[in-house]
Amino acid sequence: MKHLLTTKELTREDAELILDVTQQMADAVTGREVPKLPALRGRTVVNLFYEDSTRTRTSFETAAKRLSADVVNFAAKTSSVNKGESLRDTALTLQAMGADAVVIRHPAAGAPQRLTEWLDGAVLNAGDGTHAHPTQALLDAYTMKKRLGGIEGRTVAIVGDILHSRVARSNIWLLAKLGANVRLVGPPTLLPKDIDDWPVEIGYDLDASLKGVDAVMMLRVQHERQNAAFFPTANEYSRLYGLDERRLALMPDHAIVMHPGPMNRGMEIAAAVADSPRATITEQVTNGVWVRMAVLYLLLTNGESK
Amino acid sequence: MSDPLNRATLIKGADIVGKGRQDVLVRDGRVAEVGAVSVKDADVVDADGLVLLPGLVDLHTHLREPGREDAETVLSGTRAAAKGGYTAVCAMANSYPVADTAGVVEQVAALGRAAGYADVQPIGAVSVGLEGKRLAEIGAMAQSAAQVRMFSDDGHCVHDPVLMRRALEYVKTFGGLIAQHAEEPRLTEGAQMNEGAVSAELGLPGWPSVAEEAIIARDVLLAEYTGARVHFCHVSTARSVDIIREAKARGAKVTAEVCPHHLLLTDEAARSYDPVYKVNPPLRRGADVEVLRAALAEGVIDAVATDHAPHAPQDKECEWAAARPGMLGLETALSISVLALGGPSDVDWDVLAERTSRTPARIAGLEAHGRDPQPGAEANFTLVDPAATWTVVPEGLASLSRNTPYAGMELPVTVQATFLRGRATVLNGKIAEETSE
Repeated sequence: MKHLLTTKELTREDAELILDVTQQMADAVTGREVPKLPALRGRTVVNLFYEDSTRTRTSFETAAKRLSADVVNFAAKTSSVNKGESLRDTALTLQAMGADAVVIRHPAAGAPQRLTEWLDGAVLNAGDGTHAHPTQALLDAYTMKKRLGGIEGRTVAIVGDILHSRVARSNIWLLAKLGANVRLVGPPTLLPKDIDDWPVEIGYDLDASLKGVDAVMMLRVQHERQNAAFFPTANEYSRLYGLDERRLALMPDHAIVMHPGPMNRGMEIAAAVADSPRATITEQVTNGVWVRMAVLYLLLTNGESK
Repeated sequence: MSDPLNRATLIKGADIVGKGRQDVLVRDGRVAEVGAVSVKDADVVDADGLVLLPGLVDLHTHLREPGREDAETVLSGTRAAAKGGYTAVCAMANSYPVADTAGVVEQVAALGRAAGYADVQPIGAVSVGLEGKRLAEIGAMAQSAAQVRMFSDDGHCVHDPVLMRRALEYVKTFGGLIAQHAEEPRLTEGAQMNEGAVSAELGLPGWPSVAEEAIIARDVLLAEYTGARVHFCHVSTARSVDIIREAKARGAKVTAEVCPHHLLLTDEAARSYDPVYKVNPPLRRGADVEVLRAALAEGVIDAVATDHAPHAPQDKECEWAAARPGMLGLETALSISVLALGGPSDVDWDVLAERTSRTPARIAGLEAHGRDPQPGAEANFTLVDPAATWTVVPEGLASLSRNTPYAGMELPVTVQATFLRGRATVLNGKIAEETSE
């Protein structure tokens, strides 16, 4: 593994290795007086964020610091009006500064892949457009593994705006690779076209799709989708595809509720569901740090020292 | 280089459009004799093993001058055209300023004459500033020295049905035509690549094929209703071919072009996220490529047109979404047309000449072009080596820009010589210098 750009390109072995190392990271740090490992001392990790995402950036920063890496936050603003410095020039600058790894969040799909052409260091995709968000999928998988005891043979429903979701795209490939059954549920306007070859079942009826699930993953609905007429009203969306207590009761007792955050309470998820013990939302955040530690460690050391 | 005013040129032993070997004597810019010719006072071009084609005619070239001379100029673009075997190119209107007045189209035509590498026929804008709101001064452009017959807002669709109807009615008065960039804009907002299995996976917003087909279907009906001529630019989908076939069967005055890249590349290329593959309309599925090739061979698609679209490096060395759409085409179009029509050993050179020269010349109204050599005709032709291959090296292209999607590919057929009114613009595979007439 030189870079982590998508979960599609990960082998099952790589994915399982990351999840194993995630467990080791959690075990190694939890309960320590100083929750810090020396593994990446002297290495520089650059957080290159073209989108505001305090959650993800902080998670990566925490992960890198717990591994004793030096962290540089490079907040790059882009807009279509003022493009500012080109991605290539920024890459050449980071290259000249000697970044060992670049964690990139970018609104354009494929930007991390472009970056690998201009940088020698490792590139870690922290979300690119509507394409991929591999560490989110890995932390979701780790959370399921912990809560459900495994992933093989489990059934996971991913609900909502699949079309615009990098989280969904990354979860689909990873979960399928790890042997889960994946169901996609949402209005037809928010499902991509021509996905017959994807390793998923597709449904439009949330009640039916919740039967027999082990986990349900609710996706955030962006407000701008409503203006673009992907669905008539927020109320109707919530009625058809929101997870409320009635629907929670349709799920098996052991099934968990996941959300990548930030949530629209009352829209895709009812407040009572979000706060129920079956929701894993804060656990996902905690696990995100372990997963990102594991990935940074594996990319920067090739697993050679610890 | 021969001087047509003094010495004649004798092209010895070329296979004339694949129909047999003949000599062609050129004098004073015209064909003087065809057959077994022997004269003493002529420069001899040994064309043994070469095929002579009427000079290629491109219905769809972006020369970028005026406005983006960092990407291409009329001079560099027509040098690239000559290198690709072209003797005439139709320059699209989306320059800065837009070619929506007699002044701009006359300037472009004059730049073409000054360069001397290929005849440059300007295309006028349909609407002022390509904005799709008010008709440009079509009549003034038609009556100008540039004698514009073809009008297009290419880059933008003339999507307002009323504007399209008025434009069609208007150009009918002087036998003009509208070249439509068929793209229903509401269906392609933010679109980045063909909508389908690949876009679904890559998370790039899709450009649905129906956005092209809906406009083609509408404009077929408008062409029939008004009795005017419509030409469809860069047809890219299988269903568009069906609609055009049916329209032609009913006698509608419609013609269509296909671009080389739509005859060879597919949306799978987008997996690299390298914007050199970003083009509008986008690269489609393999199934579309197959249908387009068959339609070109059959003649449902009338012509190959390059949509040669040079871009400066910074407009391509970036994220996919930030990149400008378009790719170079002039220097590779002949090779790819040969590939699409069966490859160098199986291609029917007469069909190739029809689709790359005679028909586009007819559509554009360029009477001196697209003619097989016969005494009295202007000597506009190209000599190609069907047995040779070449590897595309971006730095080796005559265009000022480097955005070719074929870098590193080995292609069949090389252009050995191109003659514009008897003067070699390319000889021995090299661009001739000092061509101005």
